[in-house]
Amino acid sequence: MENSYIYPGDGASHTRTTFQFVVFRPSIEEILEGVVLSASSSGLQVSLGFFSGIFIKPENMVAGSYYDETEKVWIWNYQEEHKLFMDVGQKIRLRVISESFVDTTPSGPQLAAEHQAAVAAAAAGSVVAVAKDPFSEVHPYTIYGSTDGSGLGMISWWAEDEDEDVKDEANEGQEDSQSEHLEST
Amino acid sequence: MEVLNSNVALLSNYEVLEVLHEVRSAQDSEGSKKSVSKLRTNLANITYDVEKYLQGTACSSQSPEVIRNFLIATRSLKITKIEKLQILNLRPTSIVELQLILEEVEERFSEEEMQEMTNLIQELLPPTSASPQAEPQPTS
Repeated sequence: MENSYIYPGDGASHTRTTFQFVVFRPSIEEILEGVVLSASSSGLQVSLGFFSGIFIKPENMVAGSYYDETEKVWIWNYQEEHKLFMDVGQKIRLRVISESFVDTTPSGPQLAAEHQAAVAAAAAGSVVAVAKDPFSEVHPYTIYGSTDGSGLGMISWWAEDEDEDVKDEANEGQEDSQSEHLEST
Repeated sequence: MEVLNSNVALLSNYEVLEVLHEVRSAQDSEGSKKSVSKLRTNLANITYDVEKYLQGTACSSQSPEVIRNFLIATRSLKITKIEKLQILNLRPTSIVELQLILEEVEERFSEEEMQEMTNLIQELLPPTSASPQAEPQPTS
């Protein structure tokens, strides 16, 4: 920090400071391990506890993945007999494929528009409780990931000895997820 | 505000954890002055969340000696700095996981070399206390 100055016409004191930030910013192609936060038809949201703006779009999942609307869960149809679930709350490993920075500081016209919308909603007397799709919200920093590749996806799929073939690992993972599935319903 | 240098250094998870410990001890020693603590709640929140995440990863059981030994042992291997960083942060336990981190792995290393690296990693980097390796069987 340098010395403080008082500028004429302004009562506050100004101090020139230099500081260092520790930032969280994974590089592209970097591998991250987190927890599935939510699932919707637009994809999966993954959280690291301190940061939840990580999304996996359907086109970046393993081929054969689909969204089950009734159970609200993403499923990887690995083989006809072996469906692997991507359950909320379970650990997942993904590769960062892109990031997006959006300046979300409200500007003048935007503030006015939001205010008008709020007034209109209040006047209509309707309490709208819409489950917001996290994908449609705008976040200042978003990471897009892929689970398409060996070793990516739910950690339980790959946790066994890698000498065993993926079928056995898939079996373990499926049984684990299924028992958790039963507990949650 | 002006950015002087946008990329001073890459920090490993362990180094971030150390920084957070320092922040936390500075907070604790300051005591609880009401006006200060209001401003500091955001800092306290983010410090807590990041620490909680890092405690569940491999860096929670690392120390400067562990990292130094690892860097010395891997100096002879042809892997880049950022690959070493990811290995430190993720502690891959299988060849599949290692292949995710290393680029063009088929051309650079043979399977035996990769198995050797996996063994080296397991030897030099201690597992997290919450690592699934600690359990002999996955619990259902």
